[in-house]
Amino acid sequence: MAKLEELQDIVIQTRRDILRMVHNVNSGHPGGSLGCTEFLVALYNEVMELKDGFDMDGKGEDLFFLSNGHISPVFYSVLARKGYFPVEELGTFRLIDSRLQGHPTTHEGLPGVRVASGSLGQGMSVAIGAALAKKLNGDQHLVFSLHGDGELQEGQNWEAIMYAAGKKVDNLIATVDRNGQQIDGPTNEVLPLGDLKQKFEAFGWDVVEVAKGNDLEAVIAGLNEAKSRTGKGKPVCIMLDTVMGHGVDFMMYTHAWHGKAPNDEQLETALSQNPVTLGDY
Amino acid sequence: MKKYIDQGKNDTRSGYGAAMTELGRTNPNVVALCADLVGSLKIQPFIDENPERFFQVGIAEANMMGIAAGLTIGGKIPFASSFANFATGRVYDQIRQSIAYSDKNVKICASHAGITLGEDGATHQILEDIGLMKMLPGMTVINPCDYNQTKAATLAIADYEGPVYLRFGRPKVANFTPEDQKFEIGKALMLNEGTDVTIVATGHLVWEALIAAEKLEEQGISAEVINIHTIKPLDEEAVLKSVKKTGCIVTCEEHNYLGGLGESISGLLANQHPTPQEFIATKDTFGESGTPEQLMEKYGLNNKAIVEAVLKVMKKSSLMVSFLIRGYCI
Repeated sequence: MAKLEELQDIVIQTRRDILRMVHNVNSGHPGGSLGCTEFLVALYNEVMELKDGFDMDGKGEDLFFLSNGHISPVFYSVLARKGYFPVEELGTFRLIDSRLQGHPTTHEGLPGVRVASGSLGQGMSVAIGAALAKKLNGDQHLVFSLHGDGELQEGQNWEAIMYAAGKKVDNLIATVDRNGQQIDGPTNEVLPLGDLKQKFEAFGWDVVEVAKGNDLEAVIAGLNEAKSRTGKGKPVCIMLDTVMGHGVDFMMYTHAWHGKAPNDEQLETALSQNPVTLGDY
Repeated sequence: MKKYIDQGKNDTRSGYGAAMTELGRTNPNVVALCADLVGSLKIQPFIDENPERFFQVGIAEANMMGIAAGLTIGGKIPFASSFANFATGRVYDQIRQSIAYSDKNVKICASHAGITLGEDGATHQILEDIGLMKMLPGMTVINPCDYNQTKAATLAIADYEGPVYLRFGRPKVANFTPEDQKFEIGKALMLNEGTDVTIVATGHLVWEALIAAEKLEEQGISAEVINIHTIKPLDEEAVLKSVKKTGCIVTCEEHNYLGGLGESISGLLANQHPTPQEFIATKDTFGESGTPEQLMEKYGLNNKAIVEAVLKVMKKSSLMVSFLIRGYCI
């Protein structure tokens, strides 16, 4: 295991990347990105078994699918810092001719991305397909996916949730970012999701709850617990309780920063709360 | 004039099923998905022989398209099948984002396309699917005309890398193309050479176009008949070559005139070689219940309608020619 301090440094650097990327183009989605930073840093740097380099087939390695594609800043930063593409390229986010589109895509050939996402609710189906292909190929590696909680309002998720359990897709770990916020407000006000743990369990999933989704140790422990439950006839879900905007005090506990970039002054304040560790792009 | 013989009526969907059986034996990467319509899609033999390579998703087409996209990531060649209505309109965004934009090697195989689905009525008779699919960048759109051609097309798309929409139908129709004819994606087939009018047709309307050409011959009209099985990419060269000879064209399809083959061709001709055109297609309407024959008659999609359209377009063409001649004289 990489030292926790090293991972924590990557977390801080990733937060800096997210903030600077969205500030640079005055657009993008910092809130959910900041909330899922610990999760993605832990996943790519500690939990997933990955090959060197990138090929689309991903045979012989774990795979990850980002279903809530709007949190592309955190995804791009984690991929770049992991070495999938040059860190400097983060500076092209959302600019013309960039491989770093507003929402992730395979269309521009960005290494690390295996399907386009952004139109919500489609990623779990794709992850299931990739998991089924792994089974057909005799590949023991796992497929991970990440979904917003608000995203579960899209009906296709429930088709996928039903399928994964009904067909025993037990090499899949789907994580729900349970931050309770969406663009228009708290999920409980926009459209209440009810008890998601109970719902997943009623559909036949094995659910692991991680109450401290912004605590690196807790996230790693939850992911490892989820891994230990794979291969037992049930798909595994992680209910990850995060705080939207985590790591920047004025962005936390509100949906206001779901899709809004900080201005110059706000950026400075936000960066000061996340001091430099590895070098900005 | 070349005569085509009906080797025995059969449904195009059975051509799909037969090809899937063959692919199950010859291509280990081919996998099949279906949304609770196995019997209609004729893929039970594939399932019997390759149960591990079949995914029954239930009545959940959106999930099916996403799973198909995911399967390609492990190197599989998924054939995702349902009725054309549920395989396109219902899941347009899933196809758009997870398959077309993501450039996934998924074959969307859609039966019961068009009005000849018959008695189930307009809820199931999609007449917009060609338009929906051809609008997607990178999507190949194929609408074969009979059992043999559907079988050949299904085999061909397995060897082609990229997303494909393969459209076929429900009723038993004339099976007249050679059993051993190679299917070349994007290559139109000249069925009858003629000099007075070009008739291009796709899907079930190809046979009707051939009958129309025979009737026209009896009236002394020489019709060139071309089978455009691939609507996208369109064989532009074949169309242009023909209309430069005949000077007028009738396009025939079991689809709305908006968004269909006829529209693709009128776009081509407007740009490259303006030509009088008549459309054999539904006229921006939904279908209804009835037998396939009754519906083809009512909606003007049979050989009788094609003959009338030919006479009309030739008149339009001759009027245009005389107008041009007069214009030059002045």
